[in-house]
Amino acid sequence: MSPILLKIDGAKVQAQEGMSVWEAAASVGIAIPSLCLHGQLEPYGACRVCMVEVEVKGWTRLVASCCYPVEPDLVVRTRSTKIDKIRKTILELLLAHAPDSPQLKAMGQEYGANPNRFEKEASFCVHCGLCVRYCAEVKKLNVVGFVDRGTRREIGFIPELAAKECWNCKECFPLCPTSALQAAYVLTEALYAPHPFPKS
Amino acid sequence: MDLERVDQIIEKHNSEASSLIQVLLEIQSENHWLPKEALERIAQRLDVPMTRIQHIATFYKAFSLVPKGRHEVHICMGTACHVRGAPRILDTVQDLIGIKPGETDLDMKFSLQTVNCLGCCALGPVMEVDGVYHGKMAPAKTADILKNYE
Ligand code: SF4
Ligand code: FES
Repeated sequence: MSPILLKIDGAKVQAQEGMSVWEAAASVGIAIPSLCLHGQLEPYGACRVCMVEVEVKGWTRLVASCCYPVEPDLVVRTRSTKIDKIRKTILELLLAHAPDSPQLKAMGQEYGANPNRFEKEASFCVHCGLCVRYCAEVKKLNVVGFVDRGTRREIGFIPELAAKECWNCKECFPLCPTSALQAAYVLTEALYAPHPFPKS
Repeated sequence: MDLERVDQIIEKHNSEASSLIQVLLEIQSENHWLPKEALERIAQRLDVPMTRIQHIATFYKAFSLVPKGRHEVHICMGTACHVRGAPRILDTVQDLIGIKPGETDLDMKFSLQTVNCLGCCALGPVMEVDGVYHGKMAPAKTADILKNYE
């Protein structure tokens, strides 16, 4: 398969078909920030932190680079005043949900995000889907899933499965950028109290 | 709802995972809600994870995970019905059957729900019971309609 040629931040880049813009940028050492992206998981496009500007035949638009496949002659800009401003706003919105998340705080600092710009709505979960997808795609256990939709969406454990599987795994715990996952797990455990979760 | 009936519905759809929503809809319309045992059976027979069933059952408003009454009362709160007095209809119905929107009475007779538009604004205010539309409602007329339901 012949390589696909594109331009990222002025540099000529050779990429393979099927690669995302994010991956193509990473292959030449251009780091695009990301939150919901994980090497073992399919790209999900939930956080929009990886937003870049692409130009095709003179038309520009904003896309999530983790999900956008490379195409010939694409011109990509990963940093500009406009993109930085968008990332800043996205981070400010995410910080309104999880003000103490170390990952969000670090990224927020880089982009000069004001954590108090939006009224706090401490739902903690930012719907990145890392826990849900890791459990489904890597562990194939499907213990934790999404419940409800829109602004009311949250994660939920299936208690019977959690009692059986989680104690020996917990591999999703370090993935959560906000600790909402750990909180939900402890809550499930508590609500399932008549049948205590195994501890070993 | 007995599990035999759940099995029948599943078999009608050849136990295909792609028929999940159809199976859920049929159980919902026969039983008015989706009991956990039924969902567990579906998960097992269609070979779909419980997390997906839970996501779908909470995503669509058509599904209920809590028991519903034998009759479903919907009061339209859309703009047209609202300005034509829907809040007073709702108040009267709440007093009559003794529950708030989202609730079901102890005898499992009525479940009450508010909706945002039933699509027949010219008839407002509208009250719908088990799919039958009652237009140009007045608080005093609601009792006459509700007393027909057992
Ligand atoms: S609980 Fe954490 S890992 Fe799971 S979706 Fe929410 S923020 Fe992401
Ligand atoms: S990393 Fe691309 S949307 Fe989250």
